[in-house]
Amino acid sequence: MRFSFSDEQAMIAETVRSFFAEQATSERTRAAMETAHGHDAELWRSAAQELGLVGLALPEEHGGSGLGQIESAIVAEAAGYQVAALPLLSTALAVRALVAGGTADQRARWLPKLASGELIGSYGEGGRIDGGRLHGRIDHVPHGAVADLFVIAAEGGVALLSRDAAVVTPCTSMDQTRPYARIDADGAAVELLADGRTAIDAATRVGWIALAADALGGAQACLDRTVDYAKERVQFGRAIGSFQAIKHRLADMMVEIEQTRSAVYWAACAADEGAPDALLAAHAAKALAADTYRFCAGNMIQLHGGIGFTWEHDAHLFFKRAQSDATLLGTPEWHRERIAALVGLDEAA
Amino acid sequence: MKLGFSPEEEAFRAEAAAWLQAELSGPFADLRGITSLTAAPDRRRAWERRLGEARWGCIGWPEAYGGRDATLAEQVIFAEEYARAGAPPRLNHIGVELAGPTILAFGSDEQKARLLPPIARGEQLWCQGYSEPNAGSDLANVRTRAWRDGGDWVIEGQKVWTSLAQFSDWIFVVARTEPGSKGPKGLSFLLVPIDQPGVTVRPIRQITGDAEFNETFFDGARTAAANILGEPGQGWQVAMALLGFERGVSTLAQQMGFRNELDAVIRAAKANGAARDPLIRQRIAKAEIGLRLMRYGALRMLSGGTGGAEGNGAAALTYKIQWASWRRSLGELAIDVLGIAGEIGDGAEYGFGELSTLFLYSRADTIYGGTNQIQRNIIAERALGLPREPRGDIG
Repeated sequence: MRFSFSDEQAMIAETVRSFFAEQATSERTRAAMETAHGHDAELWRSAAQELGLVGLALPEEHGGSGLGQIESAIVAEAAGYQVAALPLLSTALAVRALVAGGTADQRARWLPKLASGELIGSYGEGGRIDGGRLHGRIDHVPHGAVADLFVIAAEGGVALLSRDAAVVTPCTSMDQTRPYARIDADGAAVELLADGRTAIDAATRVGWIALAADALGGAQACLDRTVDYAKERVQFGRAIGSFQAIKHRLADMMVEIEQTRSAVYWAACAADEGAPDALLAAHAAKALAADTYRFCAGNMIQLHGGIGFTWEHDAHLFFKRAQSDATLLGTPEWHRERIAALVGLDEAA
Repeated sequence: MKLGFSPEEEAFRAEAAAWLQAELSGPFADLRGITSLTAAPDRRRAWERRLGEARWGCIGWPEAYGGRDATLAEQVIFAEEYARAGAPPRLNHIGVELAGPTILAFGSDEQKARLLPPIARGEQLWCQGYSEPNAGSDLANVRTRAWRDGGDWVIEGQKVWTSLAQFSDWIFVVARTEPGSKGPKGLSFLLVPIDQPGVTVRPIRQITGDAEFNETFFDGARTAAANILGEPGQGWQVAMALLGFERGVSTLAQQMGFRNELDAVIRAAKANGAARDPLIRQRIAKAEIGLRLMRYGALRMLSGGTGGAEGNGAAALTYKIQWASWRRSLGELAIDVLGIAGEIGDGAEYGFGELSTLFLYSRADTIYGGTNQIQRNIIAERALGLPREPRGDIG
């Protein structure tokens, strides 16, 4: 039992932190936001090919590094710290669904290309499958406008859908760093995954932890940037960070963040070890991290005053990503309700 | 990063669980399930001795002083099994968790050999003499004085909120030994026997109706010159180091007590139908999350190293406010689950059931050991590097 990073994990953390700090700059992210695709293609190539970040948790037989959720969380946390505009989450969802529920042929055909970043994946819920064809509209598909391959959890099965088989329309999305798209599938030919239920369970669990780790990184960035500002901004002849009203809010942010850090790495570790409380841990991490991120991003705006409300300042990137992290794949309230059931509130007294 | 335990550690768990089970269903069955800090003091004193005899009292200490040189994982396991077995709160937790580790860190070989084994054997119980009427959050404003007289220290002054002093044999006292000194300078850390004419312990009745803490008066009290920990004038450093030990393995045992409390809240909610209320369900889920995370926060602190950008020192600095706020919220949840029935006592004496008492008692959690407000100052100044609060007097 040792609940701290191994030397290798600490090294990965250092590498990805400096990678995202150097590459996923505010300028690059804002350029990606302007495209409506919310995708920094050059950054994606280096992340996938130079660092192998996309295939990190994939088995080696499929072109991955065979690492686990802890390492994936380290990457998501570092990317979240910079609000990087990358389809990391959407691709992870598709990859995990394929690994858990795809046929051998599907895995062999798609996973190496997803791992290398050559293809971008995404995941959506909606539509219905009828005779090997997908019908209907699938909303809220993250990074859908740049994805090549979709896993769609539809009525009647879980389908693999190629981009060219349906109409994909980008949505004007509040969070431009992970924008949504809509898919209209008018009888598109699809393949079914072998085990749809398992695929969805595995994908969503990985998604919850990835979103929680993204939120952890983002919340930490909100705190760090606001602390820096509070030390330099002078009013009433003193740094505003010397006022208890400000200090205590920042301290409260740190208290929430540290609990969130425990939650994210507990959930990742429990998933890797197949612990009996892994499901509860994933719900806990997603619920808490989303609340923490919104709390911290809201405080970031408040403590920056007027400048924090401008488009020019990065505060809104965090604030919007925080909101998106909270609603995608289940709200905090939904996850807590799952926990309420897991602790036995519905069993007989 | 690894959360599971090895087969050897699981074997240790089985051994500890079997011993606790045998004792608590045999000779100490009457203590099983007790949660009150003041209940059955004579029997719990006997329990301390029994733990000591079997060398389960202070397992993390060196064998030479009555411990087992237990690893961190073993200490974690024992703390979990102790609470799982329904064993009572440690009457000597201040000796075992605070005085002992501080003596280990600052004591001379003579002091360690003399003072530690009686704690490990459960024979000498300790309490803490820090706060005074004018030294609460501003702990450095201590006025209790001490001076050398022949082979003794003589102590004059008053301490307050001294928990469990009525059951204790020794008290450690932060006293001003340099006349005219102010703030953290000129203090010393003295170890004082309680059973002497110069020491008077007067219980203070608290919000629960119970009297767990006391006022302790020193009126020409004496202790041998050898009973100083660290050098004269070094008392503040020793006193602060002791507070660091409060975040040790003992927190895991404390958490298992919290587990029992939350389980009682869940049982009550299921019994009276509150468990069907969506808002209560959300609060129970929040409490469950917070409790689980206390464990992982503690494991991060105890594992050292880094768990992220800020390292695990961050987990240590935020731990007090985290558990204190959690427990106060649990108290509020408990009384809300009970509803008006929670405001009615069981008998003629002023006193209530476990959950109503929790509601009242947990108000202390965000005050003692550093209030939430002081904790926020500490976090802001030490972890975030924000400007320090100015003093109004000595700058």
